[in-house]
Amino acid sequence: MSPLWTPLFILALAIAGFFAARSRALSTAGGNPRLMHSLPRVYGMNALIWTAAPALLLLAALTLAQPMMQERQVMSALPDSLTASAGETSLAMAEICRIAGGIATAIENRSLSKDAALQSSDIGTLRDALTGAGIAVTPETSAEILNGAQDWYAYDRRAALLHAVLALGAAALGLVWALRRARKDVNARSTVERGILLLLMGAASVAILTTVGIVFSMLFEAYHFFQQYSWREFFFSTNWNPRFQGGSDLGMLPLLWGTLYISLIALIGAVPIGLFAAIYLSEYASRRMRSIAKPLIEVLAGVPTIVYGLFALITVGPILRDYFAAPMGLGNSASSVMTAGLVMGIMLIPFVSSLSDDIINAVPQSLRDGSYGLGSTQSETVRHVVLPAALPGIVGAILLAASRAIGETMIVVLGAGAAAKLSMNPFEAMTTVTVKIVSQLTGDTDFASPETLVAFALGLTLFVLTLILNVIALYVVRKYREQYE
Amino acid sequence: MTQNRAKIRTEGVNVHYGATHAIKDVTLDIPDKTVTAFIGPSGCGKSTFLRCINRMNDTIDVCRVTGIITIDGEDIYDRRIDPVQLRRKVGMVFQKPNPFPKSIYDNVAYGPKIHGLARNRAELDEIVEKALRRGAIWDEVKDRLSEPGTGLSGGQQQRLCIARAIATEPEILLMDEPCSALDPIATSQVEELIYELKNNYSVVIVTHSMQQAARVSQKTAFFHLGTMVEYGETDEIFTNPRDERTENYITGRIG
Amino acid sequence: MTEITTSLLTLDARTQKRNAAERRFRAYGLAAVLTGLLLLVILLVSVLSNGLGAFRQTFVTVDITLDRAQIEEAEAALVKTKIYRGFIEDNIAASLEAAGVTEANDASAAADLLSKDAAASLRDWARTRLESDGEKWSKSFDFLAAGRIDGYLKGRVTMESAALDSKVTPEQLQLADTLRDAGVLVVKFNTGFFTLPDASENQVEAAGLGVAILGSAYLMLIVLFLALPIGVAASIYLEEFAPKNRLTDLIEVNISNLAAVPSIVFGILGLAIFINFIGLPQSAPIVGGLVLTLMTLPTIIISTRAALKAVPPSIRDGALGVGASPMQTVFHHVLPLAAPGILTGTIIGLAQALGETAPLLLIGMVAFVREYPAGPPEGFFDPASALPVQVYNWTQRADPAFFERASGAIIVLLIFLAIMNITAVFLRRKFERRW
Repeated sequence: MSPLWTPLFILALAIAGFFAARSRALSTAGGNPRLMHSLPRVYGMNALIWTAAPALLLLAALTLAQPMMQERQVMSALPDSLTASAGETSLAMAEICRIAGGIATAIENRSLSKDAALQSSDIGTLRDALTGAGIAVTPETSAEILNGAQDWYAYDRRAALLHAVLALGAAALGLVWALRRARKDVNARSTVERGILLLLMGAASVAILTTVGIVFSMLFEAYHFFQQYSWREFFFSTNWNPRFQGGSDLGMLPLLWGTLYISLIALIGAVPIGLFAAIYLSEYASRRMRSIAKPLIEVLAGVPTIVYGLFALITVGPILRDYFAAPMGLGNSASSVMTAGLVMGIMLIPFVSSLSDDIINAVPQSLRDGSYGLGSTQSETVRHVVLPAALPGIVGAILLAASRAIGETMIVVLGAGAAAKLSMNPFEAMTTVTVKIVSQLTGDTDFASPETLVAFALGLTLFVLTLILNVIALYVVRKYREQYE
Repeated sequence: MTQNRAKIRTEGVNVHYGATHAIKDVTLDIPDKTVTAFIGPSGCGKSTFLRCINRMNDTIDVCRVTGIITIDGEDIYDRRIDPVQLRRKVGMVFQKPNPFPKSIYDNVAYGPKIHGLARNRAELDEIVEKALRRGAIWDEVKDRLSEPGTGLSGGQQQRLCIARAIATEPEILLMDEPCSALDPIATSQVEELIYELKNNYSVVIVTHSMQQAARVSQKTAFFHLGTMVEYGETDEIFTNPRDERTENYITGRIG
Repeated sequence: MTEITTSLLTLDARTQKRNAAERRFRAYGLAAVLTGLLLLVILLVSVLSNGLGAFRQTFVTVDITLDRAQIEEAEAALVKTKIYRGFIEDNIAASLEAAGVTEANDASAAADLLSKDAAASLRDWARTRLESDGEKWSKSFDFLAAGRIDGYLKGRVTMESAALDSKVTPEQLQLADTLRDAGVLVVKFNTGFFTLPDASENQVEAAGLGVAILGSAYLMLIVLFLALPIGVAASIYLEEFAPKNRLTDLIEVNISNLAAVPSIVFGILGLAIFINFIGLPQSAPIVGGLVLTLMTLPTIIISTRAALKAVPPSIRDGALGVGASPMQTVFHHVLPLAAPGILTGTIIGLAQALGETAPLLLIGMVAFVREYPAGPPEGFFDPASALPVQVYNWTQRADPAFFERASGAIIVLLIFLAIMNITAVFLRRKFERRW
């Protein structure tokens, strides 16, 4: 049975409740809506909300909580030999989950009988049964793991049933409650409106939950990482050299250097072009030119970063290598800091220009008039009056662009290379924080090893870095806007 | 009162904003070293006409000016005239005080700097001080020249803007309702200043207040619906208007 | 002090210098705008010139005739595709003869020009024949030519490069020339690019975007159904009902920050919470959809709030004045008036989500997926790919022929994005309201 059936059934019940409550309320008023406190459909809405909302919330909460409780129970049954360290525990649990998943699929396909999977206490038979059903079980797989998998599967099934029963029970209770209140003299509208307001508040709090989720998911795993790896080494070591057999050097300085170097090149390219384009479009261009050029430049902002990445990989990289780096003897790698930096610069041009454009337009016309009235030329007005006035806003825009550059992933994955290096040569391949997050978290990952967990520490660093930039930038821009409002 | 020679002459000036005919065939002579007031109900075109005199209307795309405006006998709409050079000669003070977001000193020094009026810092200091003194604000700000001009009170800001305009040594000063954003005390300070200024400059002031025109100006032009209805000595206009519309306006029946 | 010019008709030296500076400044500005436009053109030309080839593919046309006995014999054999390849060789010989190729009529060499896929696709057809009535069947097949042959006809592979290549020989290229002249080898529009799933490293010719397009469609469905209601509800609360207090401030700051959080951080969130903590399957559209929903929410909320704000207060006053509750006012009057703005914002948010790559890499959507996911909603939990991730996937392959596919996929992606954005602009123009 698919796990989707329970919520669908609850929804069906809620819709049925809508019609039942509406007609019930209408009948208490003798079929005359004018005698009712609220509109008939509001009583229906009331039943709909009372049936669906608590039950679905309960179901979601149970589904979220269940794996944790289940893990604790199964883990407590495991012998100490398998839970000596955090790494071994998570390995054992991963194996148990895998086998339990296999059992579930096999039973669904009818290649394994439920009895064979759950009743056989003899490990030999169980192993044979599982192998027969196409689940990879090696002779080394211990009895404890297999029993754990049996337990896991059993818990899973029991939990699924329990959840369905509890959630449907809640739905039924809600429905009964709402039907009892479907009477003509009940103020259904304010109940419904309060319910809707709660839903709206819930939706608004998703934003906060997301931030909390981001922070906690990374804090939690980064904490695991720092238990296994010294934080001093991570933040201050200049060596990045992960090895699968352990004993890796995981210093983030080379990654940070690559990130900042590429971002710097990108900003050096994008800020002057973006700023001058914004000045031209807002101060000089005719209305016609502005209406054509501005959207066209903004097309660059709508192009997905993977497109820029591919552009770096197959066009810009080879050109830089063949016409600049190789003739000058600076290197022969198509992926380089320069490649990634330049392409990222292109991506940032519309970002800088549209933010600056907004900010320049917010400078009041009276200041420009004052300057013209004194006999200054347009460029003098821009340089001496408009830009100084807009400076805080423009600084904010550049900070936001820097934050974008630091967090950008696809361009550097495809354009910058994978070698962690501390070098000044911009035509050398270097790597960034984001590239390493991707490479450490894709492919075979083992969430107990520092080589994988380091990605969360990197992610946290990246998040904090960009958050600081964003907060400062948003604060500066906000203050700037208030000044001229 | 002695009649000065005409500094500004206009002949058949028409202004169009897109399809709107904002100024209709205005001809008048504005004498040197005099305060001339433009009065009239709001929307009558007096500000628009004022902005023609230093070509501030050039900054508006849809605005079209025809007719002749001469200053010292030179057509300012001649193709050879650079509006930037013109505006140095014809300074302007705006309705709302608009100090630049810079220090008080830099606000005043800005004009002399771009026009290259000072060879060194000492000369610039001198120009700034002179302008601030003429703007009747020196005593209030001499100890805080490096503070932002936006931190001053409204009346001080407007006098700073006048000082800023004076600093480029213009010959004509245009003022577009310079007191409309000020309280009565600040207004009287600025009015006194304007009265003083006529000794050195031709001042043209747009105002919606008839009392103000009567207090500060020697000549007055009355505008109504884009046309100049009447122009003459201020005393004449206020005591003995020739046109019925002027009389209606002055007695408060229109506007 | 400088001398005061007496006449305005002559430009003094300083004004001339200042005017020159003015012209230079203006030229810098114009140059910046033109640079931006030029870069846009270069970017588009680069993608188009690299990728248009992916929409055309080399096919070998062979008329195949098989009877029941042949198929049954092949199905009984141990290595079935080998027998089918034999059938192809037999039929190619006939086709070549019909096309008038007499010299160099080497059927086995000609069959080598086909994709490894050819025998398998013939077998698929043959097996369905067995279930129907009849004894003998004929069909004209367009078999995919091997990737290197396709590259030769598109100019990517040359005689010189073939001499150094272990996968193709100059002789094969000559044979390809002969077959092309005979009209057996043709380059034509490649529908398989849109319908076929991804293919392995050795079969670039069979790689298509089918799974990726379907996966992206699933992602968009999930984002639409989650982000739109949540985003609109959140905006209504914040704009119409939220009291001015610290919590509301916190939410506001939060939303503007979330809009600027690097996308890869959302990938980490998805991996840690949705996959490791909740236990949703890897590579599944549901996880990708949830992550993209969280990323798209700020965009939708910001544009929805702007749309709500643009509805004049007089409308609210009017509704409240006839006795509607605040909730009724919002849902009956404000929301419908704000709908075009909300729709526009949603489309733009979806377009952003469609092009997003980094977070999807982390939740495993980069895996090699050959199976089409099931229909929704079960299919939301099946492994799938997505358009931008497929592009990334193809750039990681060793065979440079995949670059053409990647660029082709980009063109498809950009076309989808262009359609969405043009729709948004159109809606904005059409429903733009001046109050």
